[in-house]
Amino acid sequence: MNENLFTSFITPVILGLPLVTLIVLFPSLLFPTSNRLVSNRFVTLQQWMLQLVSKQMMSIHNSKGQTWTLMLMSLILFIGSTNLLGLLPHSFTPTTQLSMNLGMAIPLWAGAVITGFRNKTKASLAHFLPQGTPTPLIPMLVIIETISLFIQPMALAVRLTANITAGHLLIHLIGGATLALMSISTTTALVTFTILILLTILEFAVAMIQAYVFTLLVSLYLHDNT
Amino acid sequence: MASVVPLKEKKLLEVKLGELPSWILMRDFTPSGIAGAFQRGYYRYYNKYVNVKKGSIAGLSMVLAAYVFLNYCRSYKELKHERLRKYH
Repeated sequence: MNENLFTSFITPVILGLPLVTLIVLFPSLLFPTSNRLVSNRFVTLQQWMLQLVSKQMMSIHNSKGQTWTLMLMSLILFIGSTNLLGLLPHSFTPTTQLSMNLGMAIPLWAGAVITGFRNKTKASLAHFLPQGTPTPLIPMLVIIETISLFIQPMALAVRLTANITAGHLLIHLIGGATLALMSISTTTALVTFTILILLTILEFAVAMIQAYVFTLLVSLYLHDNT
Repeated sequence: MASVVPLKEKKLLEVKLGELPSWILMRDFTPSGIAGAFQRGYYRYYNKYVNVKKGSIAGLSMVLAAYVFLNYCRSYKELKHERLRKYH
């Protein structure tokens, strides 16, 4: 049971070739583009959804921040679609790998912070000291704010990894428990099955929410720095 | 008037069984040929099931079902230990 539980998180390799590349690229197949004014239902639905999300997320930024729209929209689409595809049976979710989430979080956070330092140096440095702090507290508070700044990319990556991994593990465990309980006591198995249904609904929500949170936080770091 | 169509230009269903190996060997296996094959396959599926006036959920579901099936094949080696048996 111990080995079985974590085998679904191993990066897929077939005959030594990285199959994981194909799995990471697969969600791009599900978002076709169209040059027409009136396209098919699938593309129309996606364009409507994308417009809704981009308006809601990018309206708070000024024109300099809005140059990041393409980046943030692709980010939320990628994380959302990858998380949702991972809820299918037997599939591999790339966002459970900390390496990938760090690879997404660190460059985006660093880009936002460095943009702030280059273009608005004084204002960026001023973020390290909240307004109205008593003078003796200043050194300690600057240290604390620096630490909280540098922990932002780590928190972004670990939050996404931990949420998705924990959800998948819970589904595996409760599913296994339901199967094992079926021969012992059917009523308990039914209760466990209800828990499993509720958990799956939660996982669908978590998949999308995590994408949203990740992108929202990057956009917030951007807003601070443009 | 050519009464015999050259082997290279026949479609797969028109190739006789004995000619099959030579037909397969005549196909274009260069990288651009393979890329062209994938592109033709993708657009064949897309134009039949998705790019229609009243597309349904079937177009997307078939792709997801194939994805699930491929992942099952990939992890069959680990999964075959979990069959329903009295003793594992």
